[in-house]
Amino acid sequence: MAIAFEQAGTKRVMRDATAWERLKTNREWLSLWFMLPAAAFLILFLAYPLGLGIWLSFTDPRIGRSGVFIGLENYEWLWGDATFRLAVFNTVLYTAVASVIKFAVGLYLALLLNEKLPFKAILRALVLVPFIVPTVLSAIAFWWLFDPQFSIISWSLKKMGLITANIDFLGDIWNARWSVIFANIWRGVPFVAITLLAGLQTVSPSLYEAATIDGATPWQRFRFITYPLLTPIIAVVMTFSVLFTFTDFQLIWVMTRGGPVNATHLMATLSYQRAILGGQLGEGAAISTAMIPFLLAAILVSWFGLQRRKWQQGESND
Amino acid sequence: MTDALAGKVATPRDVLTGSAPLADETEGMSYLHSLPRRLITVYLPLSLIMFVLLFPFYWMALTSIKPDEQLLDLDTYSPFWTWNPTIKHIYKLLFETEYPIWLWNTMLVAVCATALSIIASVLAAYAIVRLRYKGAQWVGGAIFLAYLVPPSILFIPLSTVVFQYGLFDTPFALILTYPTILIPFSTWLLMGYFKTIPFELEECALIDGASRWQILLRIVLPLSVPGLISAFIFCFTLCWNEFIYALTFISSTQYKTVPVAIVTALVDGDIYRWGSLMAGAMIGSLPLVILYAFFVEHYVSAMTGAVKE
Repeated sequence: MAIAFEQAGTKRVMRDATAWERLKTNREWLSLWFMLPAAAFLILFLAYPLGLGIWLSFTDPRIGRSGVFIGLENYEWLWGDATFRLAVFNTVLYTAVASVIKFAVGLYLALLLNEKLPFKAILRALVLVPFIVPTVLSAIAFWWLFDPQFSIISWSLKKMGLITANIDFLGDIWNARWSVIFANIWRGVPFVAITLLAGLQTVSPSLYEAATIDGATPWQRFRFITYPLLTPIIAVVMTFSVLFTFTDFQLIWVMTRGGPVNATHLMATLSYQRAILGGQLGEGAAISTAMIPFLLAAILVSWFGLQRRKWQQGESND
Repeated sequence: MTDALAGKVATPRDVLTGSAPLADETEGMSYLHSLPRRLITVYLPLSLIMFVLLFPFYWMALTSIKPDEQLLDLDTYSPFWTWNPTIKHIYKLLFETEYPIWLWNTMLVAVCATALSIIASVLAAYAIVRLRYKGAQWVGGAIFLAYLVPPSILFIPLSTVVFQYGLFDTPFALILTYPTILIPFSTWLLMGYFKTIPFELEECALIDGASRWQILLRIVLPLSVPGLISAFIFCFTLCWNEFIYALTFISSTQYKTVPVAIVTALVDGDIYRWGSLMAGAMIGSLPLVILYAFFVEHYVSAMTGAVKE
């Protein structure tokens, strides 16, 4: 290639390249120009704020004035704060329950969609719609579906004779938790299902045929053919799913704002409430920073937990 | 990881049409299952899941055209249908609130942020994949890590940064911060597409005396149009969906985006507000649904492309 030629064959350079030409053609310089816009955005608005956030968590700034270094005081205060502990509990519960169900239902839906079906293409396109519609807007629809007085769900259940009084979906502590978890699952299932479906379609049907001839039951076919072949894609999908569930903000903020009595506060909503509405930037930043270890742990568990199988089988990691 | 998985993932067209590359044309073992059996094991659970997934949208659309008196009276009228639809809620939304301005803001922010991100990502992805400067692999990994940094741990420090730069409460606060979410994703996606373009094409062009810039514009970009479309619509969707930055950085009603404005400005004490709220939610999702209807394949490709690395 021309650039390799220019670097390697110093003897054959016809004339001295001017500084300007070197800036235009030298590989390293050229790369710098190409990387500049993306690097500028990511450093100014991602890396710098990330570092700043960690620094802020050790200071006591308010909106409009910068703070002074106060060491671990924010964290000490949070450690003794019952609301923060509740938020951690809620976040872990929300993430664990929602991710497990999203995975189970998503995989089931993917398996169903992988069957021979009429109008397959349309069905698949429809499945993704909850993922396309902005979360806030579908959260508002759920807010209406979960209305304490006029909920169509309560009404239908009453007509069927299953309950006698309206369900207070978002007013009762555990009802509210299950309701937001349900909404999160509803929103996340299409993503899991469609990505797993893409993986399923690459599994050759002859494997299933061979297994059936050998007398494998449907469960054995799933357990020993489908699941091992899907493992790499499951690992990636679940990592993303856990990540986005753990840091969820929109659904909660629209449906409950963390209520009733902080029962649905996640760490993200609590940090918004403390930092932006309450003005305690340092405390909010400490809550955000406290999310990082949880996030890393969640990512590592879902990534390595599901990848281990691959290493055991002696495949290279790459 | 990249190449190993790339071979295993079906292309989006296959996902949608159902003809995976490995699946042969025979009907497989499905003839072994009788229709009654399939009704229970396939059609019943599938229709149940589809019903749950789509009912909220039906309810949203129905609520937005129901007259007020039917909205809250579930017993006198059948709640699942209405014989006298009204456009009152939609009219109220479009002509008595600032909804058109919010729509315009959202569109403006989404288009600008997406355009900026695509330009930056094309350049970065090309440099990482094809210029392969020293440390390019590390930069690629760092960009993937950047994709894993969620907005909800960034918005607090970012709000002070936005304030320092004097961008607070302007559309630029959003136009310049959204790319941090979009660039990692679209760079990653485009890297995958650029890798599939044969080296030889570029070598020929280099021999013919083309500069890197010309190669990018004349050879690489025309060949990666599907990837560009995928990146564009996915970024656009992410922008439209973004909430926490818009909620934090914008305080005046005139600059708000649709998701934020609906939650903060449209929710009032009116007991009949549900009609216009649902109309707002419906019209707000309409642009994305229309875009989706035209580019289903590209959406799926962007999703699976992001996952397959």
